Amino acid sequence: MVFTPVLSRSWGDADSFTLAGYRRHRGYEALERALRMAPDDLIALVKESGLRGRGGAGFPTGMKWGFIPQVRSAEDEGGQAGKPHYLVVNADESEPGTCKDTPLMLANPHVLIEGVIIASYAIRAEHAFIYLRGEELHVLRRLQNAVAEAYAAGHLGKDIHGSGFDLDVVVHAGAGAYICGEETALLDSLEGYRGQPRLRPPFPATHGLYASPTVVNNVESIASVPSIVLGGAAWFSSMGTEKSKGYTLYSLSGHVKRPGQYEAPLGLTLRELLDMSGGMREGHTLKFWTPGGSSTPLLTADHLDVPLDYEGVAAAGSMLGTKALQCFDETTCVVRCVLRWTQFYAHESCGKCTPCREGTYWMVQILQRMEQGSATEADLATLLDTCDNIFGRAFCALADGAVSPIVSGVQLFRQEFMDHLAGGCPFDHRRSTVYADTLTGAGA
Amino acid sequence: MTSPSGSQRIDPEAPAGGPGPVLLDLQPPVDRTVVPPLTEQTRAEVREIIARYPKPRSALLPMLHLVQSVQGYVSPDGIRLCAEELGLTKAEVGAVATFYTMYRRRPAGQYHVGVCTNTLCAVLGGDEILEALEEHTGLHHDQTSADGMISLEHIECNAACDYAPVVMVNWEFHDDQTPQSAIELVDRLRAGEPVAPTRGPRTQCTFKEMSRVLAGFPDGRATEGVQAGPATLAGLALAQQRGDTAPDYPADPTAGTPDQES
Repeated sequence: MVFTPVLSRSWGDADSFTLAGYRRHRGYEALERALRMAPDDLIALVKESGLRGRGGAGFPTGMKWGFIPQVRSAEDEGGQAGKPHYLVVNADESEPGTCKDTPLMLANPHVLIEGVIIASYAIRAEHAFIYLRGEELHVLRRLQNAVAEAYAAGHLGKDIHGSGFDLDVVVHAGAGAYICGEETALLDSLEGYRGQPRLRPPFPATHGLYASPTVVNNVESIASVPSIVLGGAAWFSSMGTEKSKGYTLYSLSGHVKRPGQYEAPLGLTLRELLDMSGGMREGHTLKFWTPGGSSTPLLTADHLDVPLDYEGVAAAGSMLGTKALQCFDETTCVVRCVLRWTQFYAHESCGKCTPCREGTYWMVQILQRMEQGSATEADLATLLDTCDNIFGRAFCALADGAVSPIVSGVQLFRQEFMDHLAGGCPFDHRRSTVYADTLTGAGA
Repeated sequence: MTSPSGSQRIDPEAPAGGPGPVLLDLQPPVDRTVVPPLTEQTRAEVREIIARYPKPRSALLPMLHLVQSVQGYVSPDGIRLCAEELGLTKAEVGAVATFYTMYRRRPAGQYHVGVCTNTLCAVLGGDEILEALEEHTGLHHDQTSADGMISLEHIECNAACDYAPVVMVNWEFHDDQTPQSAIELVDRLRAGEPVAPTRGPRTQCTFKEMSRVLAGFPDGRATEGVQAGPATLAGLALAQQRGDTAPDYPADPTAGTPDQES
């Protein structure tokens, strides 16, 4: 089996987003089972399954849950265990190229809600938040509706299913800031501040929301939990590779014939996915791609057989990230792409750390000169030097992400950068558009 | 000058990247006599939002969305109201309001049009779409038409890359656009004709109606529209065509796990 639809299994049903639609696919059965388990056994189950965070970093989900100080005694450090625990779902999907959580929540918000209830029960939280980026109105409506349905059905509120467990869920809409996808910036934002990352330690597990023990998990991670409860750890880990267990959503986009969401075990290769989904658009070839959003170093056709799991992509010098496979063909100018991504990072830098705030600004200046043909070879050296001075020198990973496309772009396509020095961009951008074939006299 | 430059504060006439002068784009002041006032009902709803959270300040983002739902932007009055209700200074509220791109300092159009010009959409045609809309409407980034119907913005990645190039209207998805289709979309919005997002409710709501939902007051339209677009279903369709499925759940999921439940 190449494809293993679990999360996407019900998406073809017109009412997949309703409680009734979810129930047809065994919705909320996992909750019933989970509430009969001890919370610590649930944490052990998720650890055993091998589920790793699907938001980019790949940190083991069960281990994250286990870091919460569980025993409420006066002896624990700072009395943290005595404070309320919180679950916060990171639904601030904003990494360029990433588009998996959004269709998931649109088509089946209930699987996320069920996961939230199970996870909250496991970490002993009585309050959970879903922090959704504000720029997805219909996803917000679907989440609001699912939460209301879950309350009405007794899945949320007081004494859930007669278990004595209480849980309230608040769906919180952000207001436009990529940085809020970084978990500590998200927490500051949820507390009503500018979304700026915090210095760690202390980590959210002990000092998160309102300085209380907090788990922050990605949407897909939490949505995977009900299936693990229903199928068991052995079932989940029967899919995937040795250290990257389970199924996941791969998001294919760009110059491909059939962009979209493809659910498969971790370890699929881009070659397999392209072969089966129809490949690149007619008459064109793959030039470069990102394995997991713009913050993951670029790869080329030489990397088509890299297993798309955490270890495989790392061994190829990049990162699995969010599994956002953005594919660009030979009509695409890599300098233009790198410039645009750099403009994005400059715009989204929260301004807290000087290397990131100032560095991204200057990198845009240099790349713009290249695009216009007024740069020199010394500029290229300055650009890479600036990257060196930003990488690892900021509170959060935004700065590291910002240098990824530049460093990998120059590494893989140095000559193309050099070609820009003489007279600017040699590419006809119109040939890259999706409607290029319908243009006349556009050189397409 | 039509390529998005990241910041609207830079004089668009200056050579990009060059040492040109940095000029502030000072638009005429907002005519506050035509902005609806914040009422006692607004204040009551603000308190309703505060009651949702363990700590009051967490309510600030939805409160600012609520202000926009009444006035179409974050006005000085709105900042004062939020500060009063949360016991903050106006500067503290202003610092938050100016950090987030969805909060507007001038009234948005009834239909706020965002064209994705992040890399993937830009390459697939987003740059051309923005250029066409700028030419067609005479508006540039962050400007609102004189009739108040349309405002235009270039936006960052909106998590719909499998439907690129994407245009958002009041943060509803308009997938798979071309310059021509985007112009038609904007013309219909300006003419007051009903327009349906591709993945959203049956008709496009207004900026203020949208802001109210963002503040956490549902509009009852969650069940309208498709559950998924074609690209969302591409993998599922392929799996079904190939006969691929995930392994069945075992009868006893506890086998081989530390869970001792029967």
